[in-house]
Amino acid sequence: MLDIKNLKVSIENKEILKGIDLEVNHGELHVLMGPNGSGKSTLAQVVAGHPSYKIESGELRFESSKINKLTPDKRAKLGIFLAFQHPVEIPGVSVFSVLRKVKKPRTRTSSVRGKVYSGLAAGGNLSKVRELRKELVSHLSSLKLSEDFISRPLNEGFSGGEKKRSEILQMMALKPKLVILDEIDSGLDVDALKIVATTLYHYNEVNPWSSVLLITHYARILKYLKPDFVHIMMDGKIIKSGSMKLASEVEKSGYVRFQSINQKLKIKDQKYN
Amino acid sequence: MSNAVAINDYKYGFNKPENYVFKSKRGLSRGVVEQISSMKNEPVWMREFRLRALEIFFSKKMPMWGADLSTIDFDNIFYYIKPTQKQGTSWKDLPKEIKDTYDAIGIPEAEKKFLGGVTAQYESESVYHSFQKKWEDKGVIFCDMDTGLRKYPDIVKSYFGRSIPPADNKFAALNSAVWSGGSFIYVPPGVSVDIPLQAYFRINAANMGQFERTLIIVDEGAYVHYVEGCTAPVYSTDSLHAAVVEIFVKKGARCRYTTIQNWSSNVYNLVTKRAFVEEDGIMEWVDGNIGSKITMKYPSCYLVGRGARGEILSLALANSGQHQDAGGKLMFLAPDTSGEIISKSVSVNGGRTSYRGLVKVIKNAKGVKCNVRCDALILDEQSRSDTYPTMQVDEPDITMGHEASVSKIGEEQLFYLMSRGLSELEATSLIVNGFIEPIVKELPLEYAVELNRLIQLNMEGSVG
Repeated sequence: MLDIKNLKVSIENKEILKGIDLEVNHGELHVLMGPNGSGKSTLAQVVAGHPSYKIESGELRFESSKINKLTPDKRAKLGIFLAFQHPVEIPGVSVFSVLRKVKKPRTRTSSVRGKVYSGLAAGGNLSKVRELRKELVSHLSSLKLSEDFISRPLNEGFSGGEKKRSEILQMMALKPKLVILDEIDSGLDVDALKIVATTLYHYNEVNPWSSVLLITHYARILKYLKPDFVHIMMDGKIIKSGSMKLASEVEKSGYVRFQSINQKLKIKDQKYN
Repeated sequence: MSNAVAINDYKYGFNKPENYVFKSKRGLSRGVVEQISSMKNEPVWMREFRLRALEIFFSKKMPMWGADLSTIDFDNIFYYIKPTQKQGTSWKDLPKEIKDTYDAIGIPEAEKKFLGGVTAQYESESVYHSFQKKWEDKGVIFCDMDTGLRKYPDIVKSYFGRSIPPADNKFAALNSAVWSGGSFIYVPPGVSVDIPLQAYFRINAANMGQFERTLIIVDEGAYVHYVEGCTAPVYSTDSLHAAVVEIFVKKGARCRYTTIQNWSSNVYNLVTKRAFVEEDGIMEWVDGNIGSKITMKYPSCYLVGRGARGEILSLALANSGQHQDAGGKLMFLAPDTSGEIISKSVSVNGGRTSYRGLVKVIKNAKGVKCNVRCDALILDEQSRSDTYPTMQVDEPDITMGHEASVSKIGEEQLFYLMSRGLSELEATSLIVNGFIEPIVKELPLEYAVELNRLIQLNMEGSVG
C-alpha cells in the first residue's frame, strides 16, 4: 500500500531523512519508534505532503502510484490520514464544519441568493448532513466526548487528551486506508490511552484492509495493540526492523543499545562514500 | 495578475434592460430637486428641507480624512429614476423584468420561508411591498419612506433629519436633497416583532445614484429586527450609493439593524447610520461590507439615556481594487451606559481595509463600560490593513477596554485542513469564515449561508 524507497528529505537545506525504506501492506500495523529528533514526525508529515519539506531523492508510492508531488488534499483523497502530534488551533472552525465540507463538497455554481439556501432546504443535502451528525455522535460516545464537542472551534482550548481524541474522531469519520498516528499516545492518561487504543483496535476490526503506521516513544500503547512490525529510527534512518520483541527491548533498555548499531552503520557509510 | 479575474467577473453582476417611467436629467441642480419633490407630491416642508440640504451639499467640501473620493463625478449621475407607474401590492402585479431580477436574487424564496414582510427597493422606489397582517393589526408600520411621508406625515416630520441633520456631512446633505425610497418603520410601545423585517435593495441603472432614506422608531419597550441586503450589477461607469439611516430607540426598547452589503466593485458606498438610544434601550448594528469600490461607513450609537447600550459588529472584506473604510462610533452621553465595537476585516488580492472608530465619553457620564476589539486578517503581501481608533474620554470613572490584532493565515492551519481532504481554496475559505464567525453567527440563517458563499467566491482569485 505505502512504499517508500530511499527517501531523502531536507528542510531549509538541512537533511532530516537520510534514505528511508519502508513498505506497509494492507491490514498491517507498523510501529515506528525512536528518540526525539530522529525524524519520525518528519516522515509522517512528508507522507501527508507538508509543503515545507523538500524531497531530495527517492520515491513515495501509495497503492502503486507515485505521490511525491501531490498536494496534501489529493493524498487525503487517496486515503492517507495523519493524526497530528500537535494539531493547530483554527479559530471559529469546528470539526463538524470541516468534515461536512470534506464529505459533501457542494457543487460549484455561481448561484445567487435564494438558490443557495433553497438548495440547503431542499432536503437531500440536509438529510446527509443529519446522517453525518448522527455518525459523529456515535463516535463521540465511544471516545467519551460530549456531543457539543463537534461544534467547538478546532483545538482551541482543547486539553491534550481532547486534541488526540479529536484526531481519532476525524479518522473514524474519514475512514482512511492508511492511518499515520504521530505520537497519539503522548499526553494521554491511562484511561484516555485505553479509550484511544480500543478505538483503534475496533477501527482495525471494521476496516481490516486499512493499515496503521504508529509513531511513538514508548511501548505502553502496545499493551493494547499488536504490531506486525516494529522499526527503530535514528538520525534520519530506519536502523532496525523486527517484531514486537524489538519494542520490548526498547522498553527494557532504551535506545542506547541501538546507538551502537547506528554508529556501525555510519562507519559503514563512511567507508563506502 | 491572473487573480484579478475573479473580481472583474462579478458573480452577482447581471442586469436587466432598463425600462423606466421617468428618469431625471444627469447632474444636480435646484431644478432637479424641485422636480423630484413635485413628482412625489410632497408637502412644502419636505421640499424646503430638500432645497436647504442641497445648499449645504454645495457648500461643504469633500471629506479628505478617509478613503479617496476624488473620482466621483457628481455631474454624471442620475438622481432620480421612477421605475413603474404605481407600486405593486402582490408578486403577480410586478412587471416581468423586475420579477426576473428578483427571481435571480431570490426574494420570493425569502418570503416563502416566512422570514417576514418584504419591502424591496428596485431602483429609487419600492415597487413591491408586503407585510404580514398580524403586525399591521398591532399598529406596526412598515412601508417605504415615500409612502410613510404620505400616510404618516406627523410622525415623519417630527423625526426626519433629527438624528442626522443635512449639515452632518456632505453625503448626508446629498441624501437629504435627493432621497428616494428606503424604509419607514414604527413599532408601538410594548410590541415585539418576532420575525426580522427585510428589505432588499438593488441598483440597476448605470450612473444612477441610490439615495435611500430609512427611518425607524422603536417606541418604549418595543423590539424590532430590520434586515437590509444589497447587491448591485456591474456597470462600466461608477455608481454612487449615499444612504441615510436614522433610528430612535425609546426607553427600554431594543432595535437590531442587520446589513449585508455586496455592491459590485465600482460602487461608492457612503452611508451615514445613527441611532439615538434612550434610557435602558439597546441598539445593535450588525454591518457587513463586501464589494463596492469604496465604502465609508461607521454606524453609530448616541447613548443619551441612563443605562442605554450600543453594540456595533462590523465586518469588512476588501478584494482587489477595493477600500473598505469601516468601523463604528459610540457616544456615551449619559451615566451607566455601555457599549461594544467588534470589527473583523479581511483583505485579499491587494484589497485594503481600514478600521476607523470613535469612542467618546462626556464628563459626568460615570460608570460607562466600553469594549473595543478589532481584528484584521491579511491574506497576501499585496493587501493592507490599517487601524484608526480615536478615544475622547472626559470622565475618569469608567471601564474601557481596547484590543487589536492583525494576523495572516498560517501554513500549519492550511496544511492541517488540506490533510483532511480540503483544497487550498476550501481550506482558506473555511479559515476566513472561522475568523468572521463571531459576526456571522449573529446573522439570520440565509444571510449567513450567502455570506459564506460570498467569502468563497472572493477567495477564488486568491489561491492556487
